[in-house]
Amino acid sequence: MASTRCAACKYLRRRCPSDCIFSLYFPSNNPQRFAYVHKIFGASNIGKMLQDLPLHRRADAADSLYYEAHCRIKDPVYGCVGIINILLQEIYNVQCQIAKIQAEIAFLGTHAQSDQTQYQQLQIAPNLDPNFLSEQKGLSNSFDDSSTWFF
Amino acid sequence: MKNQESRSSSCAACKALKRRCTPNCQFAPYFRSDETKKFAKVHKVFGASNVSKILNEVAEEQREDAVNSLVYEAELRLRDPIYGCIGAIASLENKMVELEHDLMLARARLAFCVNQPSSFLNEHGNMAPCVYDIPVASGMVEAFNQNSFSFDQFSHLPFI
Repeated sequence: MASTRCAACKYLRRRCPSDCIFSLYFPSNNPQRFAYVHKIFGASNIGKMLQDLPLHRRADAADSLYYEAHCRIKDPVYGCVGIINILLQEIYNVQCQIAKIQAEIAFLGTHAQSDQTQYQQLQIAPNLDPNFLSEQKGLSNSFDDSSTWFF
Repeated sequence: MKNQESRSSSCAACKALKRRCTPNCQFAPYFRSDETKKFAKVHKVFGASNVSKILNEVAEEQREDAVNSLVYEAELRLRDPIYGCIGAIASLENKMVELEHDLMLARARLAFCVNQPSSFLNEHGNMAPCVYDIPVASGMVEAFNQNSFSFDQFSHLPFI
């Protein structure tokens, strides 16, 4: 006669009642799933947690408990919190990269506006020394040939 | 007086478990007598004996970190009985996807601006609004404002 016990009742070596709270979420074909959650949380805590939830949320809860237990077994010191730490650090790194690029865009924008302002000044005062611009700080790198700028 | 002294030196775990707190109590270094709520959380989610087993598996110098991470995980589980820590991981991963998209947009924008400096200025020679025109929906603006993404829930993370 084939056993119809769920993984939890098999592990706990007991009869699996028809209303067993574990049977839907810990099927007999995946004994590791229950073994992990039992090791970290304990069967009675799992039972209480599932009992406190509405029926339609229990599957998600069982999955998340299994995932947490799995993380804790892999990393007994930090468990899931280790993953959270890594993600927070990665988020911080990407935010810094975005901020740096934003600063570069702003700097280029300021440079472009400053160049435009000086160009307008030269249009107002056409007798100004053509070398005026190239003498300005940083502008000598902006133009390949400052003389052609005015013609 | 002697009873009061022994009661006041019991750690939070032994108080909760109503047992005598021995000098080599495993929990005493990590659950001071005034930290009853801290122990209550881990006890409710993991159970004292499971916490004890986990601590036994870990080297002594790492036990404080292990306790703190268990407390944090228990808090998240009590706050969100369905998803616990996994909910926090999922929301952080979503944020990461959003930010990576924003980073890609920013890089493209920078490349465009470097190649076409005139794009900064409009026909009047004033700064064109598109330089700072970062779609709010992309999340980039919010990326700079930490308050909009609730980092508060991670503020008391013990390891940051």
